[in-house]
Amino acid sequence: MESNESILQVNHLKINFNTYAGTVKAIRDVSFDLKKGETLAIVGESGSGKTVTTRSIMGLLANNAVVAGGDIQFHGKDVLKMSQRELEQLRGAEIAQIFQDPMTSLDPTMRIGRQIAEPLMVHKGVKKDKAMAQALEMMKLVGITDAENRINDYPHQFSGGMRQRIVIAIALINYPEILIADEPTTALDVTIQAQILDLMRELQNKISTSIIFITHDLGVVAGMADRVAVMYAGKIVEYGTVDEIFYNPKHPYTWGLLSSMPTLETNGDELPSIPGTPPDLLDPPKGDAFAPRNSYALKIDTQREPPFFKVSDTHYAATWLLHPDAPKVTPPEQIIARQAKFAKMQQQLTEEERHHKVEEEEEQQ
Amino acid sequence: METKNAKKVLEVSHLKQYFNVGKKDEVRAVDDISFDIYEGETFGLVGESGSGKTTVGRAIIHLYTPTSGSIKFDGQEVIGMKRGPKMKQFRRDMQMIFQDPYASLNPRMKVKDIVAEGIDINHLAKNDEDRSKQVADLLATVGLNRDHASRYPHEFSGGQRQRIGIARALAVQPKFIIADEPISALDVSIQAQVVNLMKQLQRERNLTYLFIAHDLSMVKYISDRIGVLHYGRMLEVGSSDEVYNHPLHDYTRSLLSAVPVPDPEYERTRTQIEYDPKYEDGSKDRELVEIAPHHFVQAAQDEIPMYQERAKKMGLEVL
Repeated sequence: MESNESILQVNHLKINFNTYAGTVKAIRDVSFDLKKGETLAIVGESGSGKTVTTRSIMGLLANNAVVAGGDIQFHGKDVLKMSQRELEQLRGAEIAQIFQDPMTSLDPTMRIGRQIAEPLMVHKGVKKDKAMAQALEMMKLVGITDAENRINDYPHQFSGGMRQRIVIAIALINYPEILIADEPTTALDVTIQAQILDLMRELQNKISTSIIFITHDLGVVAGMADRVAVMYAGKIVEYGTVDEIFYNPKHPYTWGLLSSMPTLETNGDELPSIPGTPPDLLDPPKGDAFAPRNSYALKIDTQREPPFFKVSDTHYAATWLLHPDAPKVTPPEQIIARQAKFAKMQQQLTEEERHHKVEEEEEQQ
Repeated sequence: METKNAKKVLEVSHLKQYFNVGKKDEVRAVDDISFDIYEGETFGLVGESGSGKTTVGRAIIHLYTPTSGSIKFDGQEVIGMKRGPKMKQFRRDMQMIFQDPYASLNPRMKVKDIVAEGIDINHLAKNDEDRSKQVADLLATVGLNRDHASRYPHEFSGGQRQRIGIARALAVQPKFIIADEPISALDVSIQAQVVNLMKQLQRERNLTYLFIAHDLSMVKYISDRIGVLHYGRMLEVGSSDEVYNHPLHDYTRSLLSAVPVPDPEYERTRTQIEYDPKYEDGSKDRELVEIAPHHFVQAAQDEIPMYQERAKKMGLEVL
């Protein structure tokens, strides 16, 4: 499963788009790493740069995109400097992607068996018969019922959930090291979504792929992720383990996101919401981009961009509220409840450890 | 929301909406459903894609001609209503907010003309000045400002467009609004804004909503009562707390167990309940039966004791 070996490092990535209106600063200094076998979730609103980040990893940036700085290290090579040929070898073999819409990501005129087998034939030079046999295996693995009879069907003959299984089969047929899942279940119903998520977890255990999971659904993140990075306006504003982000969030944007989603227990007249809209990245605001929407904003937020402050070894947040000189603020009610749960969990953990130690000592005696 | 003494605004009974009737590919999109909506409440309709929830909404607002059944709005039969003053009044009283804020606004019309279209058709403005004033008021109501009136839809974000859609619906002073997935195309932080706006307008103008959505936690939050649709049939109806806390039908249980919750610990221990759709093969005559007060489940005669037993186990008062 998880290990500490990181297989992908994104360092100080900056990406601009040249448009008629000017330069859009879509990614503004993003750094993260991906460890072997883990699931890293990137959450954020549309336009926050989640998709652009992963597209740059795949070398799939649009023509008007300019990499203004940074690098992406994969096996000691910078993906951003690779030639088209090298990128073609990378895509679909070592890094594969599942897209949001299963209908538009399949070729409507090609039989699905052939589509699943294609990456094998292209990347590994496997002969057609063998490739088709492996495609059949893969179809069974992702749970397509009656695979033998359906291998020659076309995409339109399948339901949305089945189509997404086909897309997953195509992505996984070469056992990629990294799987990028860009909103893979957003277009699906909850019951189908649950099946697809189960499938992804199960397959991850089987072939120990690392997954970068992009979504705006925090419920899905809670069930899938080992670590979470929260993006806002082209930057990562907070990252940590899934428990740290959900039970001990530090950034006001994360607070806002978590409390504006009603859970099945939420009642009351008004849902806490984040006022306003995300900033225009043609002209990013000075200081903290979230400041205009942030009811906890300090004066310094409008002047200087906050650096990352360390919360724990795995948890960092870019907000001035964590500065030692910052005033103490009370987070929203829902967040306090979450933090209480976190404190309880921590206490349990330390108690268990202490208990463990005592037991060990007893054993030694 | 006290439903006992409230007035029924909408009564749907035995509504059937089939497509391609009599042909090989006949689709029974809505198959014999009945429900009532009371004045001032929000009725949530949940179901997966293909369950017929959008079709129900469209049949109610007279975009389809139902195969059979009856839809009464304010005591008046809607099905078969002829064009004329009655129809015009109905069209004013009932409005719709659509799912896709990008596709539902005409890109070639200015915001003020989009919002004022209903005002013009129904001659609600005395003169141009009055028209502009009404538009400005409507925009202010939904949290936009009067400068926005002379812009085109493409200049707005998704959340703002949805606000324009709401302003357009409000322009003719409706009593009843059908909101078909009004927030599913919006970002999380914007969803809460739009939901709050809808709730606020409901309080101020005593609106009644039919809220159609697949996002179960949002439906639970906004609705007073909920109906669960599956394969064109209504399987369970009750107050939203009842349906979510004490689901009686297997399908409702399965649906609720599939909702992802933003709580990692809960997610780790979550068990999903499987549902076997064979149960609804139509071999038995089933109808909605009131198991607990105001809590209905679709059941055949011989299944009623089973549901009553279930309700008892959950500590509900069984009828």
